[in-house]
Amino acid sequence: MTPARPMTPQELLLPVKPGFIVFTLVAALLANLLHWSGWMMWLAPDFVALIVLYWCIHEPRKMGFIAAWGLGLLMDIAEGSLFGQHALAYVILAYAGMALHRRVQRFPLVPQMLHVLPLLLFTDVVVLLVRAMAGADFPGYAYFLGSIAGAALWPVLTHLLKLPQRPRPDPDRV
Amino acid sequence: MEHTPPPLFRTGPTPLARLMMFTLLSVTLLIADARFGYLTVLRQVTAVIIYPLQQLAAMPAAVGERISGFFVTHSALRHDNQRLTGQNLELAREAQQARALHKENAHLRGLLDARERVAAPSTAAEILYAARDPFSRKVMIDRGLRAGVAPGRPVIDHIGVLGQITRVYPWLSEVTLITDKGHLVPVLNVRTGLRSVLAGTGDDGRLELRFIPLAADFQAGDQLVTSGIDGTYPPGLPVAEVTNVERNTEYLFANITCKPLAGVNAHAQVLVLGPMPERPGRQEEQPAKAPRGKKKKS
Repeated sequence: MTPARPMTPQELLLPVKPGFIVFTLVAALLANLLHWSGWMMWLAPDFVALIVLYWCIHEPRKMGFIAAWGLGLLMDIAEGSLFGQHALAYVILAYAGMALHRRVQRFPLVPQMLHVLPLLLFTDVVVLLVRAMAGADFPGYAYFLGSIAGAALWPVLTHLLKLPQRPRPDPDRV
Repeated sequence: MEHTPPPLFRTGPTPLARLMMFTLLSVTLLIADARFGYLTVLRQVTAVIIYPLQQLAAMPAAVGERISGFFVTHSALRHDNQRLTGQNLELAREAQQARALHKENAHLRGLLDARERVAAPSTAAEILYAARDPFSRKVMIDRGLRAGVAPGRPVIDHIGVLGQITRVYPWLSEVTLITDKGHLVPVLNVRTGLRSVLAGTGDDGRLELRFIPLAADFQAGDQLVTSGIDGTYPPGLPVAEVTNVERNTEYLFANITCKPLAGVNAHAQVLVLGPMPERPGRQEEQPAKAPRGKKKKS
């Protein structure tokens, strides 16, 4: 069996350190807690969702549901939303990431974005449904901007997060 | 990629089973929170965990504010000074009048044998950040249980009513703004003395008066102050100004929009008012049909 087109060559990466995963998750939580205001409040992506999705796609054995769920609870407190709303969204993202990880990893970055965007939008819709059931109004289409911005950030994020895993160039190699 | 062989035989429940488990758990939490309002303790414990991170995240904004505060121009300061001097003079005049009125009021109240209204004790606080939840209008302030803040306390800024405390954490509390959908303030039209209820719309600069008959006397520019009949907001605090009155005879009620007076979007110092001293007053007012009688008259 030959693939229809040559696949992008896969890099050999060093194993990721668990400490690094924790560090990125805490950093994402901090980024979410920053005091966004005005338009940035709508445009700022949910960094925790992005990072959770990233690790579920790239290291599904090291990133689990419990971490995603716990982070969601923390976000619920910080945002003053319903308790469990973000937790539900992140758990769904984690599952989708794990289920799709073999597939998504095969694609170059831009098609990867096309996988990430519907996932983020889907979790947005789930949260919207939950809040609608609790009696909230539709906040306007600007609500989805954050996810679009998040998907647009995906290539940058992937690049940054892979940096510590790249092997150092061998000084002896000519 | 993996350096250890995958654990073939003890992988635990499948991802789908785990998804179901955690979804069920989340939904349980959601229902417990939204329907029954349990989980106060769980919320507070989680709040304590996240508090250091919140403090850390607040630093860039605080540093930025300090830097921009350092570079305030001379002219801006002079302008401010001028404005404040003018304001001070005006306030001093009003304060003198108020003193006289206060005395007169005390005298009259004494005559009427009414209870003295005691000024409620208050706590100064600062708005830390606006909660990012797009479905509601809430802000976090930097005073919590430790400062004696309790749910239901009214929050005002230097202009008027901002909202009320809805959740209290050890060091923070959550203020639901008057613009939040589902937040109601009983108000009084200063010009006519009509009572009504002001509802938030979820839209930042817009409030509305619902169920006002078409013939009711409301005009653009009317000032609305709290009426105090709910026992939450003390009477007489400015809340909003009527911006537009639309009377369409096809509907039963007039469409009245107002704009909040307090800086609901500004980062500012706020005051959390203490518990209303006239608790018994509230129970006194409830059985009495005073508000209804007044409405009939007008």
